[in-house]
Amino acid sequence: MDAGTVIAGILTLAILTFLYRDNPVYKLAESLLIGVSIGYFLVINWSNTIMDLMFVPLFTQGKLMLIIPLILGLLMFGRFNRKTTVLSRIPIAVLIGSGAGVAIPAMLDARTLQQMSATVTPILAPDGLPNISELVVMAGVITTLIYFYFSREHRGWWGKSATMGTYFLMIFFGTTFAYTVMSRMSTFIGRMEFLLSDFLKLTQ
Amino acid sequence: MTRKIPQIICALFGMTLFLLYFSQHPTARNLNLTILNDYFQIIFAFTLLVGVVSFVKVNLKAFERGEDRSYHLVSVIGVFIMPLLAIIWGIKGDSPFMWVFENIQVPMQATVFALLAFFVASASFRGFRARSVQATILLAAALIMLLSRSTIGDMIADQIPQIADWIRNYPSMAARRAILIGIGLGSLTTSLRVMVGIERTWLGGDK
Repeated sequence: MDAGTVIAGILTLAILTFLYRDNPVYKLAESLLIGVSIGYFLVINWSNTIMDLMFVPLFTQGKLMLIIPLILGLLMFGRFNRKTTVLSRIPIAVLIGSGAGVAIPAMLDARTLQQMSATVTPILAPDGLPNISELVVMAGVITTLIYFYFSREHRGWWGKSATMGTYFLMIFFGTTFAYTVMSRMSTFIGRMEFLLSDFLKLTQ
Repeated sequence: MTRKIPQIICALFGMTLFLLYFSQHPTARNLNLTILNDYFQIIFAFTLLVGVVSFVKVNLKAFERGEDRSYHLVSVIGVFIMPLLAIIWGIKGDSPFMWVFENIQVPMQATVFALLAFFVASASFRGFRARSVQATILLAAALIMLLSRSTIGDMIADQIPQIADWIRNYPSMAARRAILIGIGLGSLTTSLRVMVGIERTWLGGDK
């Protein structure tokens, strides 16, 4: 058995000890995971973004415009000194402003208009009978939106529609929950398989 | 002034990016891509660096204070060991850097992810009591979905996978769509508030 499998097995068991209760072994493994993960993303971030997107094009291809994000990025370090902390607001302003400017048309298109147009479909099937499934979608979208509209009191027919909306929401939460359970379970089975076959060699 | 200038920059960038979105001119498209792809990523990369420096500072301070020293020390060693390995041996597939990633980070991350299976299961015992119509619907939808993806579902009834597919594609999709429309409208109003300077929480509390 190679060293990698032994270490991976021990660390897997260390994390699993949390099932008993919070303990020093788990805390140590957790601290190691946090540290190593940050270190990994630091290296990948440095290599893929700061080097490949900035330093290499700036110094080898002479793309001088990249000085702008370099300066903005360096201004972020102003946060570490009380006197210079205001400087860090400039790159944040660029990020927030650009994000907001792009979000307005992009969100309106992808999240609102496209979703609405997908909802408004022919309610009659080609055979002339009502398309029940599409009617369900239309009713679901409208009633769920009514539920999220808080400027009017949920009473009378409006309240009944809002309650209907909660039923659709519960279906959505139920399906999402089931998928979450399945994904976690399959990961857990994967870890158990590793422990039993690769690490402990109890199964083939 | 320390708040006004960032607000003006924010509004300027917001308006520029908003207008560039609609322009089909090659220069406008190129500028849009440059700001969004390169500038955004580079500034984000620096914010991550700021986060790492902050993390190390916080842990070293806690270490100095003597609070849970071993945990803080392990975290800081983890942060430094990865760049060190990358500097000495590189980050190719068979490097020690990738060895640490594959044999330390990945197994632990997967196990933490798997641990949540137990907490989700225990939460479902509490949340899935059919005490109201809503809770019953939640329980039924989750149960059908779970049964449809397991062998036992087919054994109970052949229709279970079809019912599950219908639930996913129609009523569940309807609620998802309404939530997305809500997110879209919410993002739209928040972005507008940010651009015109009504929303200023991102500037922080200092003068």
